[in-house]
Amino acid sequence: MKRKALSVFLVLIAVVSLCACGGGGQTGSTTLNVYNWGEYIDLSTLDEFTARTGINVNYTTYASNEEMYSKIVSGAASYDVIIPSEYMISKMIDEDLLAELNFDNIPNYQYIGEDYKGQDYDPDNKYSVPYTWGTVVIVYNTKYVDEADVEDESIELLWNEKYAGKILMFDNPRDAFALAHAKLGHSMNTQDPAYWEAAAEELIRQKPLVQAYVMDQVFDKMLGEEAWIAPYYAGDAITMMDENEDLAAYVPVEGANRFFDAMCVLKNSRHKAEAEAFINFMCDTEIAAQNAEEVCYAIPQVESFKLLDEETQNDTMVYPPKEVLDRCEVFVNLPAETLELQSRLWIKLKTSYR
Amino acid sequence: MSKGIAVGNKKANLFPFSSWMVVFVLVPIALVVYYALTDVDGFTLSNLRWIVTYGGTLWLSVKLAFIATVICLLLAYPIAYSMSRAGARVQRNATLFIMLPMWMNFLVRTYAWMTLLEDNGLINSALRAVFGMEFPGLHLINNHGAIVLGMVYNYLPYMILPIYTSLTKIGGSLIEAARDLGANGGQVLGRVILPMSVPGIISGITMVFIPSISTFIISKILGGGKDFLIGDLIEDYFLGNSGVVNYNIGAALSLVIMVMILAATFIMNHFDKDAQTSGGGVI
Repeated sequence: MKRKALSVFLVLIAVVSLCACGGGGQTGSTTLNVYNWGEYIDLSTLDEFTARTGINVNYTTYASNEEMYSKIVSGAASYDVIIPSEYMISKMIDEDLLAELNFDNIPNYQYIGEDYKGQDYDPDNKYSVPYTWGTVVIVYNTKYVDEADVEDESIELLWNEKYAGKILMFDNPRDAFALAHAKLGHSMNTQDPAYWEAAAEELIRQKPLVQAYVMDQVFDKMLGEEAWIAPYYAGDAITMMDENEDLAAYVPVEGANRFFDAMCVLKNSRHKAEAEAFINFMCDTEIAAQNAEEVCYAIPQVESFKLLDEETQNDTMVYPPKEVLDRCEVFVNLPAETLELQSRLWIKLKTSYR
Repeated sequence: MSKGIAVGNKKANLFPFSSWMVVFVLVPIALVVYYALTDVDGFTLSNLRWIVTYGGTLWLSVKLAFIATVICLLLAYPIAYSMSRAGARVQRNATLFIMLPMWMNFLVRTYAWMTLLEDNGLINSALRAVFGMEFPGLHLINNHGAIVLGMVYNYLPYMILPIYTSLTKIGGSLIEAARDLGANGGQVLGRVILPMSVPGIISGITMVFIPSISTFIISKILGGGKDFLIGDLIEDYFLGNSGVVNYNIGAALSLVIMVMILAATFIMNHFDKDAQTSGGGVI
């Protein structure tokens, strides 16, 4: 008797939990799956979006374009809105993964500055709406790093043996190789195998000095002063500098990557209209400004920019002057052979043991 | 008592087990084999040669997993032994305490070690405060030692529990009998207790070695993501973090590891033959 009661109970649990998993839409409202970089949104805007539209948001994050891409092509999960960087957007357009947007549903697109439209990654403005942009900077802790070592604002700081064990490095090959290419004076988009081999040599030479290869963990390690030097994205660097006053940053003189992240809808999205509503919402003048205050990246919305406090508007880390931007380079999508080589060399770096 | 469950059609009774095995064991293994032995052009064995290319990575993984397993065994046996000889209440509580950390998420537990081992972590801060050690102190993290520590810490319970179970099955009367027949302490341990706990030791070794050799998250968190273990390499091929997604090579590497583990288990089962009856069992 007891056993029977138990099995009835177990079946009940199974049924209830199945309902809970399979549900999501049972209240009649739609759930939008938004997939974005970690630490890259003001989360309260998501609640505001749900309050205004009744559309629920299932928000998940990734640490690199590559991670996002492989998750999507594996078909392991279905997403509606994604926010990749420019080179990944061109790759995904080429592979027919992105949906053409219906801009009638995105009236707020009018607020996007002209400079940010018609970029190489989406020349006809069909697939993407710019979200934020920024550059890669080198963050360092003024308490431990000598003034003399940062005076020249060079990328060489990342190879300075004086700070062995206190240097962090990007844990994704595209950003890591870009630094090595810049150090050697190559284009970050070079397709010359010899240049890639040379850049790999630089990274292998740097490896003994590197404390760890990290992405979002950079926050913990730099804020806790476990590490003293790290290359990272400008907006996140500013977030860190706000929290630890000893941190400072510069765009290296040798050049750095300038990136544009833009909102896209996946071709297989079943909630395209809702996804466009979300994109429209994020471009709302006040929402975009509020979001920019939180994430500290530069925004393409002209009106929203005017709402930012003066300090942010004049912050050359967020909105670098023209001469700095001129030495920055935007990634383009690399051909398959170059990606193969990059992958092989990255694994070589990670498997060169000492 | 247990007859009640066994009656009826034997095959039907096995249904939950066999359907689980098919869906969650056989099908995934078949997929791994399929991907490992194919590429875009169809059947090929060329994916398998990558294990030679990555021989150094495989060697490092085997080495670290082996060290972790040996340390676990050396730590676990005395713990398991003293537990098995304690009173019922102590045994219950000790088991509880060993299981307790496992209630917490694996990742959280591993991250916790980060805050202990870092240059600014608790251990180094304490050394500086108490012994006036100079900054930065001991290098405890982002090296192979930290990876082994992570393995030992996370998988130690899987070594203690099977050994403990096999030791509790050795009745006190057997030990008394051995003593009556003139065996001294060392002989009791070496010729009675140890041989009878072999099944537990073997399942412990298996349960520590296998997750250790295939881990990728411990090396990332405690190793600073610097040196790939074979698990990191497989993860990279499946997730394409390095820029290329290649299920075929990833699956081929996994297949080689699986075959190696299977072979090792087979050999160990051989040792286990005499002790089969005392329970425990491998995997």
